Amino acid sequence: MKPAPFKFYAPATIDAMVELLAKCGDDGKIIAGGQSLIPTMNFRLARPASLFDVNGVSELDFLRIVSGRLHIGALTRHAAFHRSVVDGPLGHLLTEVARHIGHYPIRQRGTFCGSVAHSDPASEWCAVAATLEADIVARSHAGERVMKGGEYFLGIFSTQLRPEELITEVRLPLLDDSWRAGFYEFSRRAGDFALAMTVAALRIESGRVADARLGIGGVEDRPRRIREAEAALIGAAPDSRALAQAADIASRSVNPLEDPHATAVYRRDLVRTTTLRALERAIAR
Amino acid sequence: MDLQSNTGYIGRSIPRREDKRLLLGQGQYIADLTLPGMLHAVFVRSTVAHARIKSVDLSRAAAAPGVRFVMSGIELAKELPPELERVHPLSRVWRETIPHKIFQPREPLLAWDKVRHVGEAVAVVVADNHYLAEDAAELVEVDYELLPPVVDPEAAMRPDSALLHERYGTNVLVEFSMGKGDVDKAFAGAPRTLKRRIYHHRYGAVPMECRGVAAAYDARADAVTIWSSTQVVHRVRGEAAIILGLPEARVRCLALDVGGGFGVKCHIYGEDLVLPYLARRIGRPVRWIEDRREHLQAACHSRDQIHDAEIAFDNTGKILALRDALIMDCGAWNPIGIGIPGNTACHIMGPYKIDNFSVHARAVATNKVPNAPYRGAGRQEAVLVMERLMDLMARELGMEPAAVRRRNLIAAAEMPYSVGIPYRDGQPIVYDSGDYPLALDKALEAVGGLDAFRLRQREARSKGRHLGLGLGFYVEGTGVGPFEGATVRIEPGGKISVGSGACPQGQGMETIYSQITADIWKVKPDDVVVSLADTAVISMGFGTIASRSTVNVSSAIHVASERLRKKVFAIAANMLECAAADLELRDGRVSVVGSPGASVSLADVERASRPGWNHQRPEGVDAGLEETYYWEPPTVTWSYAVHAVVVDVDVELGHVKLEQYVVVHDCGVVVNPMLADGQVMGGTVQGIGGALFEEYSYDAEGQLHTGSLADYLIPTASDVPSFKLLHIESPSRLTPLGVKGLGEGGAIAPPAAIANAVCDALAPFGVEFNATPIKPENIFRAVRRVAS
Repeated sequence: MKPAPFKFYAPATIDAMVELLAKCGDDGKIIAGGQSLIPTMNFRLARPASLFDVNGVSELDFLRIVSGRLHIGALTRHAAFHRSVVDGPLGHLLTEVARHIGHYPIRQRGTFCGSVAHSDPASEWCAVAATLEADIVARSHAGERVMKGGEYFLGIFSTQLRPEELITEVRLPLLDDSWRAGFYEFSRRAGDFALAMTVAALRIESGRVADARLGIGGVEDRPRRIREAEAALIGAAPDSRALAQAADIASRSVNPLEDPHATAVYRRDLVRTTTLRALERAIAR
Repeated sequence: MDLQSNTGYIGRSIPRREDKRLLLGQGQYIADLTLPGMLHAVFVRSTVAHARIKSVDLSRAAAAPGVRFVMSGIELAKELPPELERVHPLSRVWRETIPHKIFQPREPLLAWDKVRHVGEAVAVVVADNHYLAEDAAELVEVDYELLPPVVDPEAAMRPDSALLHERYGTNVLVEFSMGKGDVDKAFAGAPRTLKRRIYHHRYGAVPMECRGVAAAYDARADAVTIWSSTQVVHRVRGEAAIILGLPEARVRCLALDVGGGFGVKCHIYGEDLVLPYLARRIGRPVRWIEDRREHLQAACHSRDQIHDAEIAFDNTGKILALRDALIMDCGAWNPIGIGIPGNTACHIMGPYKIDNFSVHARAVATNKVPNAPYRGAGRQEAVLVMERLMDLMARELGMEPAAVRRRNLIAAAEMPYSVGIPYRDGQPIVYDSGDYPLALDKALEAVGGLDAFRLRQREARSKGRHLGLGLGFYVEGTGVGPFEGATVRIEPGGKISVGSGACPQGQGMETIYSQITADIWKVKPDDVVVSLADTAVISMGFGTIASRSTVNVSSAIHVASERLRKKVFAIAANMLECAAADLELRDGRVSVVGSPGASVSLADVERASRPGWNHQRPEGVDAGLEETYYWEPPTVTWSYAVHAVVVDVDVELGHVKLEQYVVVHDCGVVVNPMLADGQVMGGTVQGIGGALFEEYSYDAEGQLHTGSLADYLIPTASDVPSFKLLHIESPSRLTPLGVKGLGEGGAIAPPAAIANAVCDALAPFGVEFNATPIKPENIFRAVRRVAS
């Protein structure tokens, strides 16, 4: 379990990084926390010819609020979310989500943007990014572009990101106090890859659901919003019947993967439970 | 704590003397060992389950950067002809009284004719560093002629099955029957019977430190030194001497700090012997560190037994007879012969009185990693069978599971209790001491009482929560022979030096033996020097396996010390001009009883004992103060425990939460309560892993599905419940100090206790869990099936 040979670059600026990526990004990999990449390399399942270390690009070490959005820079570690980074439902949701990511040491190293770049179907941050329609900002030598969280994820470890691009930041919409957000995940052990998870956010106006975001992760080859379930919630009073109905719809709508830890049938059933519980948690706030 | 003078150290929670070096990062594992000019070995392992090896092409690997040496099993077999069979030592009495057959094919150092499981080593690459060795290992090309994989032990017994070891004409490597009474007659007349298939799945030790071996050859002395992360240094030395054609005096094996063994390091692996061979062949030290992927697919697995068990009982819950047929999936090789199924057979009846019993056991070869002992070594399976049957009987009769147990438990007044079948060592099983009903009472009391629990369970159910209480009761033969020895020596300066072939893996043996020796010699533990896990410190050793080291080594220290004390007293009497019978040991001195002023120190006696012109030994007393004694236990001594667990089952997920975990344990005299608690707790956590998480799962092609720690799930801190540990001390009648074995116990009962608890929680659904592991999906499906 030692990696195959690779070259190692540690640029200090975004410009230097994108220049390197333009030259040899095709058979290289950007390394941030390395919590997914290094094990894969040690198993020799990944054999990048080059590693581009983003950790020295200090201009990417930020977490700030800019016009209604939370901007998460590429060096922001999972552990940054152990405490609420912003007042209101979003900060609360991210705290809730963060504690499900791996274990404490992993959260000290792994990064939010790294998870989004890696696109593991069971990644919590990817589920958040897809559900809340994050802006995923990428830079290359050709300039900057912004991808939408709902379209960005293409499949297992597969995204719209191009080899010459670096994710510089991910932007999440702040949720004002009319929103209620909840998260529920089930895994075999604490910190394991989720067998199913649900991210739920409801905007409540005069006792009715005015808007809804409901996303499932860990079940299909990529996280995604379940719009049928959202539609069923919008306009309804968020009572137990409405929540159960949305959970049923979510469960029916997914097309689950199968692995040694869970069959597709079981994953589908789990989606009902995780969705109902995420919605209940949202409402309870 | 008073460590200034000896007021008795046995029974005190003295901090571990090992911890200073371990906590300061001064421990040394094989991976910390760097020898001058050391090279690094990597093994090329089979990617297929069953195949004939047609050829191995090493040419590209040999030409790769930094490569110093490459060799295939085919080449090695020409240099060191493989032994085909060697039967693991079996007691003569067992052999002569139990009808059996046993084949014990000898695993080659490197596979040369066939590969028999994914992960079997077929070639070795030696390079300047581990990275280069792995790069080159990828370039070795093995041409396989595929054979049908054998993965199901029952199918493996059919006449049309492919054979792993063709020369036997069968895949059944072990078969025996044993029992007592008249089982058929008891079943024929029984008011009630029930029969179930009970399956205990395959999992393993998975210690934090994987295996590792380093070896160096000294051309001047024609000698090799082997550093191995092993539990059995003397066995490694013995085998290496045979393989290398060296006298044992020219082979030294030592284990450094070992990061867990639990049985997986308790026998000889090919790598232990290939490394010294390489060191001599290449003329430079060579090291191999097993990585986790190799460990999961090449270090021995355990458990994996199918039982068809049948029980006859009356309407009061009294057991009339038990009949069991077990099939152990023993994987590709059978490293310890009848060891595991033998253990299972001996332990099925547990703490219960059963007049009629029969067991038929078979171990069947399949294309999987060999099945070898892991903490409990066959007892988990026995206990799962018996304890599930107990709960099934209770349900059939509408009785409390605890009441059915009580109806059948051996009473304290019946000790010592003759079970009526022989142990693996051939001796009749006699439970030497204990109070089983008391242990059960204490366990129930510790979970808050049975009635209170049932009330809480009913209330929870009315709110849709499913609580369950499960019991797991076991007895365990510990301190098994054939022997372990100790050399006790008075050092110049008066310290007591103890050497033994026991091989610690984290148990705290240096501390334990210093406590025991301090009490025998009336000195402080700090005045005891303990040397272990090194063939240089004692001629013969058996090793640390099977809950036996404290039992056997403490007894050996006791007898060797007793003999040495007589000599010390003879010399001291000569010095003090008194009779030896008037002397006593006190605070590191030999004193005349009643006149403490008249005394000599152990240092004085040691000086007086030395050979030379000025010795002060009386006539007829030899020079030197050193005694070696090899303790050969008459038979095993019986520890036992009750585990009581309360679970909270989330039926919407299938998740099992362990709400309370109680262990009531009896291992005789406890030397160090803190370490005893640690042993029980650590074992229990491993048992929880087996019950709920850990699983070696193979597909129909014999490929391992759980080949990394992302899929092979070890319990972590967040899966560990809060424990309540209670001890009962029933001293052993067989050991001088009254101690019994302890190391394995904790791991034995959790699968049974947790299975019973989950069944109890889900009683309203009428579901049964007679197979492990109990995974969320299985629970979810079982409940769903009943609900819909």
